[in-house]
Amino acid sequence: MLRPLYPVAPGTRTVLGIAFFVLFVAFWAWITLGGHVNRIFLADPLSMLKDGWRLLVEDRFWLDILITIWRVFGGFVLASIVAVPIGIAMGAWKPVEAFLEPFVSFARYLPASAFIPLLILWAGIGELEKLLVIFVGSVFQIILIVAVKVGATRRDLVEAAYTLGATDNGIVKRVIMPANAPEIAETLRLVLGWAWTYVIVAELIGSSSGIGYMIINSQSRLATGQIIFGIIVIGLIGLLSDFAFKALNRWLYPWSLA
Amino acid sequence: MSKLQIEGVSRTFAGVGGGEPVQALQPVDLAVAANDFITILGPSGCGKSTLLRIVAGLEAPSTGRVLLDGKAVTRPGPDRGMVFQSYTLFPWLTVAENIGFGLREQGRPERERNDIVASYVDLVGLKGFENHWPKQLSGGMQQRTAIARALANDPEILLLDEPFGALDNQTRGLMQELLLGIWERRKKTVLFVTHDIEEAIFMASRVIVMSARPGRIKSDVPVDLPHPRHYTLKTSPEFSSLKAQLTEDIRVEAMRTAQTQSV
Repeated sequence: MLRPLYPVAPGTRTVLGIAFFVLFVAFWAWITLGGHVNRIFLADPLSMLKDGWRLLVEDRFWLDILITIWRVFGGFVLASIVAVPIGIAMGAWKPVEAFLEPFVSFARYLPASAFIPLLILWAGIGELEKLLVIFVGSVFQIILIVAVKVGATRRDLVEAAYTLGATDNGIVKRVIMPANAPEIAETLRLVLGWAWTYVIVAELIGSSSGIGYMIINSQSRLATGQIIFGIIVIGLIGLLSDFAFKALNRWLYPWSLA
Repeated sequence: MSKLQIEGVSRTFAGVGGGEPVQALQPVDLAVAANDFITILGPSGCGKSTLLRIVAGLEAPSTGRVLLDGKAVTRPGPDRGMVFQSYTLFPWLTVAENIGFGLREQGRPERERNDIVASYVDLVGLKGFENHWPKQLSGGMQQRTAIARALANDPEILLLDEPFGALDNQTRGLMQELLLGIWERRKKTVLFVTHDIEEAIFMASRVIVMSARPGRIKSDVPVDLPHPRHYTLKTSPEFSSLKAQLTEDIRVEAMRTAQTQSV
């Protein structure tokens, strides 16, 4: 009945996708409401929703959400502005790659979270430090992936452009860049997802606002409902921004679709 | 003076992993007259594509030189239009933008560009498809666009590297007639690489047969069949006798290739 690689009907796909969420919540409700785990450690779905509502209405949690979103996008945009041109340069010009690639490969493995103490010393515990954590976490990843994608530009397209009279400059601007634009956009979408994990770590340490701050604050009060609500909010925002990014890519690069 | 002069051009590739260097092409001399349609016929791996890429300036010869209108070729340029076997339309540009790519690179004004593009869209029968993406086109239509793109630059010579090799037989026949029709009307110097004997004879005013690797020119056969040529020509007695002659030539080379590969 389950044939390998055989496609699933769109309607069935939606039903199956939703079914897992339902099962997941049902299981959660069963172990919490059924008294199988201690309420101190895990809130049930209903009190999670109640806690969430109170957070939004009474504690102005939506301000924290906005601040976190601003940090993610601020740091991510900064990283993209710096990393995309460097990545393109590395992919297009091999001497640039030879010069930068070893360092970038090394820097990619430096964990962004380990930089937090250093960044706090340099930039304090204000917004700049939060942006820098995300910047450090994203910039080397973007550079490296973009460089690899650009380096793999189809050679036959480059050759065709040369035989049509393109200059070296024209090859970079009007072949290499447009040819890789959808892939670069996909890379950014991927790294944006990672930026969400960095921002929460940045907000767990030396912060007085944001979703991460609310989570660490709730921990000291054993408010597991709030913690779970915060995590779900992050997941939802991530999902939404991912959808938006995908839609933007589809609109910008209709030629790359089948 | 000939349009294109190939003088003692050879190509040797460095050995892989410290192995012996491989000679792909023995020194080749060839003179191409203006408005000639030359097909280069040879078995796989005989270096015919390498020769064409050297003329295009995409590869450097190990020895010798290529002269176009008396000027040495050192790098690719718009005076030598090329059509590749693989589909090389720019996927982010529409059919019209692809055809206008070369003109744009040379900074021709948009009005002029549009007129030229429209005339070549018409020439290759793609009216109504100007705003399609390459992905939406069949293989034959993509290669028609690629021919129009190369011709739009008005190159001194048109180079084609097995341009119909990936197409099915029927489409291939139609494309041959289309290209030949363009050549009969517009007169261009053409260098056309193929391993298909029928195609080589049908298109050419001169067939250059190449030997097995390392390639050299084995024979140079003029094709004096009348123009305009119609596909029915392929079943005429003159065509058949030429085909028999070239089949024999090529067969010997193909067998030599097969033998060296089995060692």
